[in-house]
Amino acid sequence: MENQTYNYAIVRSFVTWSMIWGLVAVLVGVIVSLQMVNPDLNFPPYLTFGRLRPVHTNAGIYGWGIGVIFAAFYYIVQRLCKVPIWSDKLAKFQLWLFNATITASAVTLLLGYTTSKEYHEMEWPIDVMVVILWVAFSINIIMTILKRKEEQMYISLWYMMAAIVGVAILYLVNSAAVPVSFFKSYSAYAGTNDANVQWWFGHNAVAMVLTAPFLGMFYYFLPKTTGVPIFSHRLSITAFWSLIFMYLWTGAHHLLWTPVPDWIQTLAMGFSIMLIAPSWGSVFNGYLSMNGQWHQMRENYLVKFLILGITFYGLQTLQGPMQAIRTFSAFIHYTDWVPAHIHMGTMGWVSMICFASIYYLIPRIYGRELYSIPLADLHFWLTLVGQLIWSISLWIAGVLQAGMWNAMNSDGSLTYTFMETMVEMYPYWWARVLGGVIYMAGLVIFIYNIYMSVKKGEPTAVPTITTEGRA
Amino acid sequence: MWEKKPILLLVLATCAIMVGTIVTMILPFAWVNTEADRIEGVTPYTALQQEGRDIYIRDGCNNCHTQTVRPLVPEVLRYGDYSKSGEFVYDRPFLWGSKRTGPDLARLGGKYPDAWHYKHMESPRSMVPKTNMPDYGWYSNNLLDPQMIQRKMETLGFPYTAEEIKDLEGKNDMDAMVAYLQKLGSDIPWRDAAETTIVGDLVNPYADANQETISGWAPIYADNCAACHGPNMEGEIGPELIGEDYDDEILFTIIYTGITDGGMPSFSNLGTDKVWKLTNYIRTYQAEGSQ
Ligand code: HEC
Ligand code: HEC
Ligand code: HEM
Ligand code: HEM
Repeated sequence: MENQTYNYAIVRSFVTWSMIWGLVAVLVGVIVSLQMVNPDLNFPPYLTFGRLRPVHTNAGIYGWGIGVIFAAFYYIVQRLCKVPIWSDKLAKFQLWLFNATITASAVTLLLGYTTSKEYHEMEWPIDVMVVILWVAFSINIIMTILKRKEEQMYISLWYMMAAIVGVAILYLVNSAAVPVSFFKSYSAYAGTNDANVQWWFGHNAVAMVLTAPFLGMFYYFLPKTTGVPIFSHRLSITAFWSLIFMYLWTGAHHLLWTPVPDWIQTLAMGFSIMLIAPSWGSVFNGYLSMNGQWHQMRENYLVKFLILGITFYGLQTLQGPMQAIRTFSAFIHYTDWVPAHIHMGTMGWVSMICFASIYYLIPRIYGRELYSIPLADLHFWLTLVGQLIWSISLWIAGVLQAGMWNAMNSDGSLTYTFMETMVEMYPYWWARVLGGVIYMAGLVIFIYNIYMSVKKGEPTAVPTITTEGRA
Repeated sequence: MWEKKPILLLVLATCAIMVGTIVTMILPFAWVNTEADRIEGVTPYTALQQEGRDIYIRDGCNNCHTQTVRPLVPEVLRYGDYSKSGEFVYDRPFLWGSKRTGPDLARLGGKYPDAWHYKHMESPRSMVPKTNMPDYGWYSNNLLDPQMIQRKMETLGFPYTAEEIKDLEGKNDMDAMVAYLQKLGSDIPWRDAAETTIVGDLVNPYADANQETISGWAPIYADNCAACHGPNMEGEIGPELIGEDYDDEILFTIIYTGITDGGMPSFSNLGTDKVWKLTNYIRTYQAEGSQ
């Protein structure tokens, strides 16, 4: 059989490692959420909030998010191109380098080697590792596509290719720096310029890492799971091109009301609102593909994860543009509202798609059925409830905080001191700890379920692979 | 067409990405940090201040603190004059931040005396009991590395003297941090311009309040003043307040406008009502204390 020649071993390795990094990210997330309610949990110098928070964000986005992207796309690209990946050796090297890079990032961040730029905290030697890692991945994907046996490239591949060039450009420009030593460098840009470059990078990291590849995965796994093709190919095309065109204009919505020139802010605001169209293009495409299939929401746990994921994406891409409006930003920027937005995206959209992808892949790369569907259902509910507690409590907190920061007395003075507003946050931060623990329980059940599937799952009806992966 | 040609797709995608990139990321270099942005009085960091800044980055203070004041009324009232592009030309990297778990620090310089910072960094909760800021007492044990700092100054191209580097000998992370915090936002003389002035007659609205009511205002003192004047007004970073006998108007004025040169912050942002309550609270306490 032709598909016996596919390299699934690499997919298996990336699945395993991404789950490990996902657990690390969430565990550290719970720890930093505890530090915010109890500062006694800071253990200087290495384990303080200021150093652990970047470990959480980077393990989440790069260890968990990118790890699953690697796993899923090594699978998808082989299936869609009907050829094995171009180089097994390069893929193995990439796996090794991936783990080395994430480990080195976590260690150096704890040691205090950081540039402070959000989602780009790692110092320049690690930037070099990241660049090699990305080049290795890109070559392997692009070469596989070039020698494909299927002429037409499916939507998923477009998104991945756009992300490949996008990440390369963003990362290289934002890492420009002058080294002082192996562990310290100064940004090549100063002040307001640095801010503008950083948030051009920052927001498009959201586009090229947390959006485009996951849309690619969604477009592949949804029809594969339901057995029904995507509703409209034309809509996919329009949504794709307008999405990657518009995203790059919006970075300055993180910098509204700052010294960045007004016209850049205004462009960012306008394009952010326009982004609703391509984002919802994909949401509608997903929903309409479910026409006549909604019963699968009850029958197939995978569909639940995918549809909830795209729903969170839809909410996220309505809330985001709202936050990009000057008047609204004046109110909620810098408050706890923003982490609630972020985690609806990361714990809702991104992680739901990650979970669905891994559940989908397991029978196909291990030749074993899922160990327990009831556990997968439980995992689904714990994820949903945990995430909703997290975000809803922090939205309330954010609005309350913003209201108190802005409250003024009739004599034109402020009603509340900073500390009077800050102590009001504690109950909500405790609620977040609760939401986080529930979510983490779901994650542990997920990993257990996957582990048991690999060890004890029923063999799949049609064996699709040899145990060594590539025959 | 492009759906069948991967190289074409890559090229087209790159073009799509580059349009917005060129307009909103590359072009702005022609506007920002140019002569038009320059502000008289904004100076590079000294060796000690720059090291403090690097420690601020090392320990991720920017995860809880922002450093930009937006031109919005409540924000300017709370933190001070809004931030201008020209104030950041020596900042590599920028440290504007994205989350205010703690207050904005863009205008911190000169707000408190050094002694306040030493005590606060050592143990924030000893001064602000309900804060969640971690303790940084360990800074006092970390000696600076003058040679490394000299190399940093060279890399940044900031002016320094041999003497300045020699002076770093024996100083620690805490000294550097406090030096940096005191520089923040103080390059432009906004404090003088923002000096609070009191217009109109001062009339004590609580002149007839009874002892019990007045004792109920103790928390206002505890939250805002105790860190410097001691829980019982016995004095610490600020002077003892018992025994001084100011009249209502003078006391109100001191609290409302502060004695900015002397390290006594202005408390106008508490609002006149709370400041009057404090005035009465301190006067009664003084009376008790002298009994
Ligand atoms: C977990 C979040 C957190 C971290 C990390 C943190 N802070 Fe704070 N910081 C706060 C909070 C909350 C306050 C307000 C209460 C107080 O004064 O402690 C504050 C207050 C301050 C103040 C007083 C500001 C004012 O106007 O009264 C300074 C100065 C300060 N922090 C400096 C730092 C420095 C320097 C670091 C890094 C070494 C740091 N903070 C790290 C939360 C944090
Ligand atoms: C950051 C520390 C700090 C805080 C907080 C602070 N003070 Fe002061 N205060 C000082 C210092 C320092 C002086 C001495 C200034 C001078 O005379 O040059 C002072 C002086 C005074 C004086 C004049 C005393 C004298 O003997 O001349 C009064 C009254 C006073 N403070 C009241 C208050 C009240 C009321 C509060 C709370 C709302 C408060 N202070 C908060 C530091 C502080
Ligand atoms: C149309 C789409 C979107 C728009 C216009 C948008 C807009 C915004 C805005 C304006 C902010 C800044 C909030 C503030 O600090 O005041 C923000 C923050 C953020 N958003 Fe979105 N968002 C969108 C989609 C998403 C998606 C899909 C994710 C996926 C996870 C996401 C993740 C984030 C993250 C991580 C931040 C935090 C950045 C920081 O560190 O401050 N966003 N978004
Ligand atoms: C149990 C789950 C989680 C918990 C308890 C948690 C907790 C936290 C906390 C406490 C913060 C700091 C917020 C602040 O400074 O106010 C944070 C920030 C962040 N987390 Fe999580 N997190 C979780 C899951 C995740 C996951 C799975 C991801 C990514 C895939 C993620 C990505 C981020 C990002 C990007 C930020 C930065 C926010 C910003 O810049 O404002 N988190 N998280």
